[in-house]
Amino acid sequence: MNESRGKTPGRGPGGPGMGPGMGGGMGGMGMPVQKAKNFKGTLRRLMGYLRPQRTKLIAVLITAILSTAFAIYSPKVLGEATTKLFAGMMGKIQGDPNATFDLPGIWQIVLFLAALYLISSLFSYIQQFLMAGVAQKTVYGLRNEVNDKLGKLPLKYFDGRTHGEILSRAVNDVDNISNTLQQSLTQLITSLITIIGVIVMMLTISPWLTLILLLTLPLSMIVIRGAASRSQKYFKTQQAELGQLNGHVEEMYSGHKIVKAYGQEENSVAKFDGINERLYESGWKAQFVSGNIMPLMSMVSNVGYVFISVVGGIMVAKGSITIGNIQAFIQYARQFSMPLVQTANIANVIQSTIASAERVFELLDEAEEIPEASADRAVILALPRGDVAMHGVNFGYKEDAMLIENMDIDVRSGQTVAIVGPTGAGKTTLVNLLMRFYEVNGGSITIDGADITRMKRGHLRSLFGMVLQDTWLFNGTIRDNIAYGRIGATEGEIVEAARAAHADHFIRTLPEGYDTVLNEEASNLSQGQKQLLTIARAILADPAILILDEATSSVDTRTEVHIQKAMHELMKGRTSFVIAHRLSTIRDADLILVMNHGSIIEKGTHAELLSQGGFYADLYYSQFTGGSAKASVG
Amino acid sequence: MLKLFRYLKPYRWAVAAVMALVLLQSLSELYLPTLMADIVNDGVVKGDTPYIWKIGGFMLAVTAVGTLVSIAASYLSARIAAGFGRDVRSKTFRKVENFSLLEFDKIGTASLITRTTNDITQVQSVLIMMMRMMVMAPMMCIGGLIMAISKDARLSLVFVGAIPVLALTIYLIASKGIPYFKAMQKKIDKLNLVLREGLTGIRVIRSFNRLEHESKRFEEANGDLTQTAIKVNQIMAFMMPMMMLILNFSSLAIIWFGGLRVSGGHMQVGDLMAFLQYAMQIMFSLLMVSMMFVMVPRASASAVRINEVLELQSSGTEQGAKPSAGEKKSAVSRYGEVEFDRVSFRYPGAENPAISDISFRSSPGEVTAIIGGTGSGKSTLISMIPRFYDAEEGTVRIDGVDVRDRSVEELRATVGLVPQKAQLFTGTVSENIRYGKNDASDEEVRYAASIAQASDFIEKLPEGYSSPVAQGGTNLSGGQKQRLSIARALVRRPSIYLFDDSFSALDFKTDAKLRAALRSETTDATVIIVAQRVSSVMDADRIVVLDDGRIAGIGNHKELMATCEVYREIVSSQLSEEEIA
Repeated sequence: MNESRGKTPGRGPGGPGMGPGMGGGMGGMGMPVQKAKNFKGTLRRLMGYLRPQRTKLIAVLITAILSTAFAIYSPKVLGEATTKLFAGMMGKIQGDPNATFDLPGIWQIVLFLAALYLISSLFSYIQQFLMAGVAQKTVYGLRNEVNDKLGKLPLKYFDGRTHGEILSRAVNDVDNISNTLQQSLTQLITSLITIIGVIVMMLTISPWLTLILLLTLPLSMIVIRGAASRSQKYFKTQQAELGQLNGHVEEMYSGHKIVKAYGQEENSVAKFDGINERLYESGWKAQFVSGNIMPLMSMVSNVGYVFISVVGGIMVAKGSITIGNIQAFIQYARQFSMPLVQTANIANVIQSTIASAERVFELLDEAEEIPEASADRAVILALPRGDVAMHGVNFGYKEDAMLIENMDIDVRSGQTVAIVGPTGAGKTTLVNLLMRFYEVNGGSITIDGADITRMKRGHLRSLFGMVLQDTWLFNGTIRDNIAYGRIGATEGEIVEAARAAHADHFIRTLPEGYDTVLNEEASNLSQGQKQLLTIARAILADPAILILDEATSSVDTRTEVHIQKAMHELMKGRTSFVIAHRLSTIRDADLILVMNHGSIIEKGTHAELLSQGGFYADLYYSQFTGGSAKASVG
Repeated sequence: MLKLFRYLKPYRWAVAAVMALVLLQSLSELYLPTLMADIVNDGVVKGDTPYIWKIGGFMLAVTAVGTLVSIAASYLSARIAAGFGRDVRSKTFRKVENFSLLEFDKIGTASLITRTTNDITQVQSVLIMMMRMMVMAPMMCIGGLIMAISKDARLSLVFVGAIPVLALTIYLIASKGIPYFKAMQKKIDKLNLVLREGLTGIRVIRSFNRLEHESKRFEEANGDLTQTAIKVNQIMAFMMPMMMLILNFSSLAIIWFGGLRVSGGHMQVGDLMAFLQYAMQIMFSLLMVSMMFVMVPRASASAVRINEVLELQSSGTEQGAKPSAGEKKSAVSRYGEVEFDRVSFRYPGAENPAISDISFRSSPGEVTAIIGGTGSGKSTLISMIPRFYDAEEGTVRIDGVDVRDRSVEELRATVGLVPQKAQLFTGTVSENIRYGKNDASDEEVRYAASIAQASDFIEKLPEGYSSPVAQGGTNLSGGQKQRLSIARALVRRPSIYLFDDSFSALDFKTDAKLRAALRSETTDATVIIVAQRVSSVMDADRIVVLDDGRIAGIGNHKELMATCEVYREIVSSQLSEEEIA
């Protein structure tokens, strides 16, 4: 959750004239903004999330209005004090011996103002305090909703997208909404009230001066427009160059060994320098152009300041306005430009927030898994045997490209099914279907004679144990990771499972033993060790049906001997689907499914398939004759 | 942070210029209220309209100068910050490119990437803010104080009261808030971790039916984060109202005490008005400084990480041990005999050596296979040949010369490494193959591809050899990537081939064809293969069986079957009876 934009603390308006142009700040201005497709609908839906908090929101609104109103009123009162002082002084200068300073009157004004300021600050505090709860609770709910949704989405959704893509919706976009709710929303309210309030106050002082000030407005608009559109162009190129640079760095670092082995350091640095130079060019231009917005804005505002000083001065000299009012007016003018810039800024922020919200809502609107059989109707296998059968199953990831057509298999309890084929042959498809990660397009799959669609997904999946090639362990202790296989497993059972998986020994050599915490990428264990842990996890789960991947590329030779023994032990009395890499496994299997390009092209026993002389036979012979003798088969 | 700013040195004059310009800008901003005071004091009081116009014109001129100056400052600071970012980025990248594998692993790939990209960008953007705000703020503050004191020294005593109160308030709120900010960052990381785990392990979670458990974990992390976030924001809710209150009260104090001084005839009304504006500038500059305190720690964490990279002492493998020209010449040969002589190596900080007491010799035309269990040190062993690691004890020799006496560059040019993970780069297919030999001709590239069994699939690609390879080669299958990475090694026709389990992603058929083609291609070269499948090492001239970093047996298949228990175990796990015979 990186801060995409700097925190601009919601500055309450008010306070006497803050001198000419506030330099600096607003570093993010002029950056390109993402736009929502359906602004109104998304906005309305986002508002819906705020509804439960509406009483608090109304309180926020009221306190915001009050604090702003008090703050806006104060410069005028302050001006009266100045006027009184000025009157006294003019009297003195004009040699009026009776001229006195109305000190008690000024004191009263001071007291009155002190009260105004106190109340204004108090309300402003209440408003921000309340908003903290409103914003965070809303986002809390939204986050949970997103997470729940992720739990209900079919695997199809996850397989079709990168993790980064999903994470960016669930994290960055939600975070964006949170920041906006926390800061920009109240800022928007106070800014709008300030603008209106200030205009009203200025009009009551002098319509003419107000006119002068309003004339400077189009000027600042032109300035912002011009600079913003130019800087957007540079920001875009900068972003593109940065992307290229990051890509290059990522590639070179992850291929560090290759770069070294092939002595390509110089080329790599040269390419980097090229991109870096271009990044520099677009980078400074983007910074420069966007950095000019503030000075230009403050110039416009200073020009307004000068005219008001001059024209106001003349008006006071002519007696058509009091000096205190001029002072107040100057303060109002100062207060005016800030909220204007802020509102322009917030408009961008809100646009990007709505775009974020839209992406989050898109995720929330994705089609969920087909609903489960209702609790009372659902089939529950109390003592699962593990007979698995497929009847006329049709399946394809896309409707127009069926991978499996009219497939019948019948596996009895305790039998072993070997799935073979070249890598990338789509062997996980079968796993996807058996565990109902994907729905079949036709036909049915039964376990112990019961259609899997009539079972609860949770129950169905609890019948299976899975040891896949990409081990998944979470950031926790080794004990917790093994215990993941069964809720409420005892210490003894965990150790027993680890022992059966030949993992106990290596675990005990770790300094913290079973309490060793796996780090984020679980990089403190080797691939093989991780594999052993997942086997222990499956052993503990004690499923009726196993899905194993003889993952030769991560666990090798010696450890593999252990693993194989453990797997053999595990497979006893269970129906097993093995994504096989070892010929011994394949040959002993009760049924071999040969897959290629995602479809099952042959099935049968080893002997049957060999006599068919098809793809399997080809595969088998090419392995053992070094590809020379039987090249004709291919 | 400051340490990193040593790289600002080339820009020191520009930085000085920015400071001077910002000072000028602050002065011009501060001068406006003074001029306004003149309008009030001399123009308004006396009713002198021409004077008012004159000063007004002057004010416009000051505004124009101020704007020009600040645009110039903005120009320079943009150039400085972008230039600084470019320099540090380039230095870091160069440094990392020269890291040996040991140094590289010390920090880790992911972390190095973040440091070279995000961290530097972060520091760069803070640098800009610093030059715009942090320089401006003290100038404004000091300038404002000088102007205020020059207008009325006694009234300036108000600041003596107000500034400490302001500073104290900022300090109190910040010291309460910052620990929460830190805690919040940790909780955000935790939440992300849970979410990411949920995504990567989705099949496992669903198959173990632990959705609810994961949901609970998420909700806990989420609730925890929300609590802290609310707390932080409630504390920060104090900030602005308190600031405004202090500012407003000090202006009230100025009006009241100033009023007293005006009534006593010690001060003019115009000066009082100007004084009010100075006060605001001083206070706001203090606020800006306080904002910097929030931003700087975040950037300084980045700066520390970058510094770590830049200051990492190189072990010397990469830079050191460049032999003199004469020696280098004598070392060059196209022969390629590899010899390990009682070689031991341990990773820094590791208790046990990764490999110990390894001795064997492999001559050109021979195939040596290395087989062994997880963590038995196979990959470490072959990494010693191109000097990714240097032996702790013993020597690795090529053609009788210690590898440490040869230049890394020249040594690696004789080696063709095919790593376990086929790593391709953005570019075209032929560019990827040419990575092995920059000046390879088209024929050479095609030939290498055909040996590697890659030409079939390459020619089927829409643009053949000019087809693009995406970052990390994601548009190719594992087997295709592996074949390209083999072609890359073949094209340089090295005298030593190192295959680090390079055939794992190939199906049986391609594997066999490739082996047959390789055999004729590598007759003059020394071939060292790390392998998993016994079937693929059975016909090697020499098989080295590693067990826990030690040699458990050396010999050909038959010999090992007779003598080596570990080897027999491996074989029996993979092959059935008749295949062993």
